[in-house]
Amino acid sequence: MTPKIKIENLNLWYGSFQALKEINAAFLEKRITAIIGPSGCGKSTMLRVFNRMNEMIEGVRTKGNILIDKENILDADTDLVVLRKKVGMVFQRPNPFPLSIYENIVFGPKVHGLNNRYELEQIAEHSLRSVLLWDELKDKLNHFALSLSLEQKQRLCIARLIAVKPDILLMDEPCSTLDPQATSKVEELMRELKNNYTIIIVTHNMQQAARVSDDTGFMLLGELIEFGKTEDIFTKPKDKRTEDYITGRYG
Amino acid sequence: MHNSQRTQKIAFLFLFLATLLIVVPVGLIVVIIIQKGLPAINWQFLTDIPRQGMRAGGIFPAIVGTMYLVAGAIVFALPIGLLAAIYLSEYSKDNFLNRLIKLAIVNLAGVPSVVYGLFGLALFVIFLKFGASILSGSLTLGIMILPIIITASREALESVPDSFREVSLSLGASKWQTIRHIVLPNAVPGILTGTILGLGRAAGETAPILFTVAAFYLPRLPHSIFDQAMALPYHLYVISTQVPNVDEKIRYGTALVLLVLVLFMNLVAIIIRYKFRKKKKW
Repeated sequence: MTPKIKIENLNLWYGSFQALKEINAAFLEKRITAIIGPSGCGKSTMLRVFNRMNEMIEGVRTKGNILIDKENILDADTDLVVLRKKVGMVFQRPNPFPLSIYENIVFGPKVHGLNNRYELEQIAEHSLRSVLLWDELKDKLNHFALSLSLEQKQRLCIARLIAVKPDILLMDEPCSTLDPQATSKVEELMRELKNNYTIIIVTHNMQQAARVSDDTGFMLLGELIEFGKTEDIFTKPKDKRTEDYITGRYG
Repeated sequence: MHNSQRTQKIAFLFLFLATLLIVVPVGLIVVIIIQKGLPAINWQFLTDIPRQGMRAGGIFPAIVGTMYLVAGAIVFALPIGLLAAIYLSEYSKDNFLNRLIKLAIVNLAGVPSVVYGLFGLALFVIFLKFGASILSGSLTLGIMILPIIITASREALESVPDSFREVSLSLGASKWQTIRHIVLPNAVPGILTGTILGLGRAAGETAPILFTVAAFYLPRLPHSIFDQAMALPYHLYVISTQVPNVDEKIRYGTALVLLVLVLFMNLVAIIIRYKFRKKKKW
């Protein structure tokens, strides 16, 4: 099976600080891959390489290759709009726009030039159904999105993302602001979404990684220490540092 | 313990007195102008041309002139100021040149208004041959309020959370689409507030219009933007210092109209800001 994403010798610097060191990994299609590690280990940086959001920060330099469907997205002539349509991102804090629920979902398709009202409504319904919000919100599409609960907001953000029809979903600690009940619902949703999307999730919550992911990578100080099947990482880690981290001896 | 409490009381007293010292002159100005000017205000005063060498009649041409000037200044300054603010807050990198530009804009706000007047005279009236006209005056006032508009717009743009920009870009929107659909709509109230404060300043200044547009006595409405016009602040200056035997009531009446105009604009700005703060929830 050819990997969906392949990272080859990836290095990344913020100015003179090296945040990612010689990373090699392969991510498989329609699986959930978790990246774990202590704060500041570079896991968020790693996630933001896949849609090149790191480039918003001044002084970032990247070296190496990231092949998504065999195309190197770090090429200078990569179309960022196409890349970001394909590789969507869910952020740590639920961050709907201060617009109506409907306007939030159709923002992406509209920006990409779709104006047909019927099609937009279809997309809105499909997206909300995908995140299991349709029944709750179908009569409130014109309500202000900021009035939703945190969990609903985060689901809405995922729906907004699904509306641009991505392939890959990046999730940057998507549950860190949610309570345990909402967290388990979002995790359930992730398992559901796995059928259609390749998901990469960054989390500092090891139980979450163990619960939802198929593969896990453990990072420390910018290095990818160990990468493999989640059950292997958690039951028989090969590296002493991985073992120390997952048994809670530091971090 | 007892001693520190006394110090506290004394400090409080001084702070209170200092505050009072600021409020009292403002209050006095308003009270005196209203008291002396209100008897002059009637329908004829607001809608008639000046008569008998400005010793009678109304101030209608001056009110209209000021409105033309303010409108002209905004037509010129708002688009340019807004575009500059968007460039500075969204596009410019933090390098020496851009820091210099930002510093220059801040300093531009501190340039005395009479200097703007001379600049307008040299550039618009003489060099570009617009003559003393509404066009020259509007452009001069526009340049004067540019820094106010740019600074306020920049602050409004920068107060829009970065997370909105991030999401928008991550959904594949271009930078311009992000600014156009997400950043600008959320910055509009702040931009409006700054614009209206700029308008208030443009309406009240005398020096910038002195050499560029203001007519000493022109008892008719201007015909075009190349025409001279009367304006409230300059008219007030003229009837207070240049024309003998003007009834005090007319002078204070004119001052009152100008004051109400400027206060009204500031009030609108305050209301917009208040509504915006109440709505802001992120």
